[in-house]
Amino acid sequence: MPSNPIDSAARATPEPVARKIRGLSDRAIAWLFVAPTIFLLLAINIFPLIWTIRLSFTNFRANRPNREVEWVGLRNYERILTDSDIWLTMQATAHFLFWTIFFQVLIGFTLAWLINRKFRGNDLWTTIIVLPMMLSPAVVGNFWTFLYQPQIGLFNYVVSFFTGVDPSSFEMLGSVTLAPWSIVIVDTWMWTPFVMLICLAGLRSIPDYIYEAAEIDRASKLRQFFTITLPMVLPFLMLAVLFRGIENFKMFDLVVQLTGGGPGSITEVTSINLKREAFEKWRTGYASAYAIILFVTVFGLASIYVKALNKVKQR
Amino acid sequence: MSGYSVTEPSPRQKWIAGALVIGYAVITILPLVWILITGFKSPSDSISYPPKVFFEPTLEGYVNLFTTRTRVSPETLESLPPPETWYDEIVRRNDLVIAGPSRYGERFLNSIVIGFGSTFLSIFLGTLAAYAFSRFKVPLKDDLLFFILSTRMMPPIAVAIPIFLMFRQLGLSDTHLGMILLYTAVNISLAVWLLKGFIDEIPLEYEEAALIDGYTRFQAFYKVVLPQAATGIASTAIFCLIFAWNEYAFAVLLTSGTAQTAPPFIPTIIGVGGQDWPAVAAGATLFLLPVMVFTILLRKHLLRGITFGAVRK
Repeated sequence: MPSNPIDSAARATPEPVARKIRGLSDRAIAWLFVAPTIFLLLAINIFPLIWTIRLSFTNFRANRPNREVEWVGLRNYERILTDSDIWLTMQATAHFLFWTIFFQVLIGFTLAWLINRKFRGNDLWTTIIVLPMMLSPAVVGNFWTFLYQPQIGLFNYVVSFFTGVDPSSFEMLGSVTLAPWSIVIVDTWMWTPFVMLICLAGLRSIPDYIYEAAEIDRASKLRQFFTITLPMVLPFLMLAVLFRGIENFKMFDLVVQLTGGGPGSITEVTSINLKREAFEKWRTGYASAYAIILFVTVFGLASIYVKALNKVKQR
Repeated sequence: MSGYSVTEPSPRQKWIAGALVIGYAVITILPLVWILITGFKSPSDSISYPPKVFFEPTLEGYVNLFTTRTRVSPETLESLPPPETWYDEIVRRNDLVIAGPSRYGERFLNSIVIGFGSTFLSIFLGTLAAYAFSRFKVPLKDDLLFFILSTRMMPPIAVAIPIFLMFRQLGLSDTHLGMILLYTAVNISLAVWLLKGFIDEIPLEYEEAALIDGYTRFQAFYKVVLPQAATGIASTAIFCLIFAWNEYAFAVLLTSGTAQTAPPFIPTIIGVGGQDWPAVAAGATLFLLPVMVFTILLRKHLLRGITFGAVRK
């Protein structure tokens, strides 16, 4: 990526010009301006994180603050990593992650590609498609439980209209086989526009002259797609996947409203599982260790992914 | 442009692409339209089979949203004086009388106070920090930006555990101030990141000219830089506001009464014998509509902002 000329200019601020002026020195202003933000982040991000790490080595329970707290060393971590229920949770999360990203990339890219045909009124329709992602997942998710009602729900009605299946014969939220898909559908409905917008930015960043050159070389449209369009959009697409991946790994509101982790615990993704441990069973120490493990996992995976992304960008 | 261009799609291609995109848009908008129209249905219309598209509109859902009601016997109803207002009349048709206002108004007001409060604070602090990051050599600058992004990787529930304990100690549980501070802390990372991008784009020469003219740094900042960054600040503010407006996880865990916002409240709206869907839909409509209108009106800035913020990261 070419370095931003303004950025490098900013770094080379002519210090004497600034310094000779009356008033606070640049250094003082810099600290004055940054300090409140840093203070806030320290108080509400860093300090709690350190506290969580500390709690993760104890058997503290937040609903019994007066009970004596014992240090348990790494026992919480041990228990989590050997707990088979946690692996079921991870499977539910993996299913959710994989399929939401799969559909969102597929539909999002296709839509972006179509919108980039620049038909008349495309920006208005783009805005309409974007609407779901701007809305509150909890409120919308709650309403989807109504759409998913067997018999009276609009979703079941539409499905039965097109397939002829009896609308009361399937329960999207109540059935063990369908519930994992019900959350995938709503998440895809909600977040496909995000992938679409990023792909659109990618498509619009491809200069026309590359296609013109390809045309002169008599490359077929199909070939142009695979050798120009796709490789040049790929970094954008990978970025979109990264964001969706991180977001969906922490997914809470939508799933809580739709299935609450059920039926049984078939859709109990990590956030819901964590909430149960921390705020229903009140195993604060255990949940803290769990939180740390999740954080390290996401952080590690994201770092590896960003490395891969940078490699793709450099090509 | 005249003549043949290889990059300009043919009219037929445009037509097909347009039809497909519009088709998708219609499907995607359907659940939202359904929320809107369910709000105007009577409870029995809302659960009819097949789902009703044509029905007699009523404001019952909205009345139920804003009131609590009690059932009375027909005899008592007879003995009451005639209904004074249109909403009294709607309620009495179902053998009910209005017992008082519901909590929806309060929750909605909480959403406004907390949303705007945290947005203001995020933008205020974020603009200052972004300016410093953009213009000065701040030690650990690159690490800070990375740190800012990494805080977004934690699931909110994980963050909520120590925040819950901390707020309990400090007496911030279930207070507006607590929620404003929390949302500010969550938003500020993105705000600084976006704002730095906007400020980076303002040529340095403007400020230098101002400094040479005898302005102090402070004056140069608010008389030269701020007006130039106004558009960027406004679109960043909208992102912060939308986040705070929509947030659910922290709200449901850290607030229960006084400071509860609308998202955790709306799903709990219950009528007689199960969820009162027209009331829920009415509540959702009022809550979602401002965001939808905003999105459509400001689409140019907003759409650019979404990708801009993401692509820069």
